[in-house]
Amino acid sequence: MTRVGLLVRLARTLRNIGHRFVDRLWRLGAGARLFWLTLISSGESFRRPWLVIREVYSTGVLSLIIILVSAFFVGMVLGLQGYNTLQRYGSSEAIGVLVALALVRELGPVVTALLFAGRAGTAITAEIGLMKATEQLSAMEMMAVSPVSRVIAPRFWAGVISMPILATLFSMVGILGGYMVAVPLIGVDAGAFWSQMQANVDWRDDIVNGLIKSVVFGVACTIIALFEGYDAPPTAEGVSRATTRTVVTSSLVVLGLDFVLTSFMITV
Amino acid sequence: MERTTIDLWVGVFVALGVAALLGLAMKVGNLTTSDIGETYTVTANFENIGGLKPRAPVKSAGVVVGRVGGIKFDPASFEAVVSLNIDKRYQFPNDTFANIYTAGLLGEQYIALEPGGDEINLKNGDKIAQTQDAVVLEKMISQFLYNKASETTAPAVAAEKQAESTETGDDTLGSNPLDNLTAPAK
Repeated sequence: MTRVGLLVRLARTLRNIGHRFVDRLWRLGAGARLFWLTLISSGESFRRPWLVIREVYSTGVLSLIIILVSAFFVGMVLGLQGYNTLQRYGSSEAIGVLVALALVRELGPVVTALLFAGRAGTAITAEIGLMKATEQLSAMEMMAVSPVSRVIAPRFWAGVISMPILATLFSMVGILGGYMVAVPLIGVDAGAFWSQMQANVDWRDDIVNGLIKSVVFGVACTIIALFEGYDAPPTAEGVSRATTRTVVTSSLVVLGLDFVLTSFMITV
Repeated sequence: MERTTIDLWVGVFVALGVAALLGLAMKVGNLTTSDIGETYTVTANFENIGGLKPRAPVKSAGVVVGRVGGIKFDPASFEAVVSLNIDKRYQFPNDTFANIYTAGLLGEQYIALEPGGDEINLKNGDKIAQTQDAVVLEKMISQFLYNKASETTAPAVAAEKQAESTETGDDTLGSNPLDNLTAPAK
């Protein structure tokens, strides 16, 4: 009797795991379909650019403060930590290289994407989730206006435009933060700081690769946020869960994609 | 379409992004210095290139005159074939000497060209005959340890060697090193 009970419980656990797996696969497929639908119905975003501009304002411009302040602090911390280690080897002038490479290659795109997912991604998910819950999207469909081309696509392109700009600003402000710590505070020579940086940071290998990363992260974060909002159950709890999932999924995808992209970019 | 403050802010945002990218390119990166104009290519064979990488600088008298174009392995001679892209403005004599040096103690490796005295200059596709390999730290350390060990195990041989070296030292310095101070340079 107990053996049968155990078997039943095991079967239920297995079924649960299988159900979750199939559910994830289903969501992945639906997300990919939404991505494709967004791409082919984004003609309207280009015909009416103010739709995109308004969204650039809410995803990009309003994210500026948090991005710039974090960048400044990240740069200052990099300067302090880098100096602490480099001075043991008597090469504290290399601090400019360390700060610039760390920011341009990795921290700029990745930290910006994580902050972007938290600041702009959640806003997108909540907005679209509520639009769906209050049946604004259905109303649009009733009026023969495609919600994908009117609501989803402009937000998508706004995110794709905003992310690289934010990541570039992050890197630049972070380097200024590192400069503030290294040169006036610690007393590293300003000329050595900049010249070593210029000698070792490459336009194609470092800056353009960082830019490519930020564009890819922008696509990933925005489409995840849009899909979670579009897919959210039209209830208060559903929208709140979707918002949480946006942050979790975006962060994991960004970090995973970062590894994949880096392994493509770094030729050993 | 009327203009709104949102448009202004988005314009400022995009302009800031472009300015930051320009700043990265000009102030942080080496976009302005990386192009060395028209180049010609010469090759040099090394038995050991150490940690030399493509795009490492080629310097002469400390000035960057080119970059390492590519590094290949020659299966016939078991040597590394390094191609150097040198700026067309700078011509080097045929018997130029190519060394692999390290910038600083742990810095990146670069190729230093020491020009010889030949009348004929290197042309595109030429090969630099005289090269010096990269210094491999492990080799130097093991050599040093080997010398130390032989000194302690065979003191007689070491003493003999030392006597020899002081003898040759006498030859070059003269009987008294101070003599050289007053004597005019030869």
